[in-house]
Amino acid sequence: MNEDLMDILCCPLDKHELELAVESRDDDEILTGTLTCPECGEVYPIEDGIPNMLPPDMREEAPA
Amino acid sequence: MTDDEHPQLTELRELDQVYQPAEDSHLLASTAAADIDGGASVLDVGTGAGYVADYIREESGASVVGVDLNPMACEQARGRDLAVLRGDLVSPFRAATFDVVCFNPPYLPDAPEGVWDDWMEQAITGGEDGRAVIREFLADVGRVLRPDGSVYLLISTVTGLEDVRSLAADNGFGSKVIAEKSESFETLIVLRLSPE
Repeated sequence: MNEDLMDILCCPLDKHELELAVESRDDDEILTGTLTCPECGEVYPIEDGIPNMLPPDMREEAPA
Repeated sequence: MTDDEHPQLTELRELDQVYQPAEDSHLLASTAAADIDGGASVLDVGTGAGYVADYIREESGASVVGVDLNPMACEQARGRDLAVLRGDLVSPFRAATFDVVCFNPPYLPDAPEGVWDDWMEQAITGGEDGRAVIREFLADVGRVLRPDGSVYLLISTVTGLEDVRSLAADNGFGSKVIAEKSESFETLIVLRLSPE
């Protein structure tokens, strides 16, 4: 993901702005890291350049 | 576009785990792209393989973000160099963010004989009446839309046009049919919704 996505993302649960922690980058793209909601403490992972913004109860890999 | 790139909806139900572009995707993409300004900020909900998002970006020059529930879809959309994230409908986006939101939702009623119970089924079917996901989407999309923004929603006559328009009205949207295309067992419709 590109860092400017931060301007439009929020916590899906409480709509609070998120804090970005970058683990690895490829030029401008963030490949791995986390987005943390300072309000509720929920952590959303960024893997392979894709943030996973699903609420925790929807994160399982296969559909219910 | 060749026919190979637009397989029929019925054939698609046999394929893979990511909904691939079909007639419905193309009708939504071409209708919305013709209407969208180059400076617009666009969200493509349920972006799947990223076809609608990519088409709108290329044809209109707008800045487009895609969101999908399915991790395999997110990977395919990212392969088109789209800004993409995994999420549930519009829930991870801030208020008053987008000029345009496009959605080709799961719009078919569940098959009575049972369900596939996989990603493809989730991409196609919207509960007993075909409107479950549309209902959830309409309840929240007004939040992320800018005051003069529009929603482009693809549905089918199978979904129930008047039922969907009435759901839109319940959520504060006026609706207009702006494109129609007959397919084998249904007519595909693009609705443009505007906050009233």
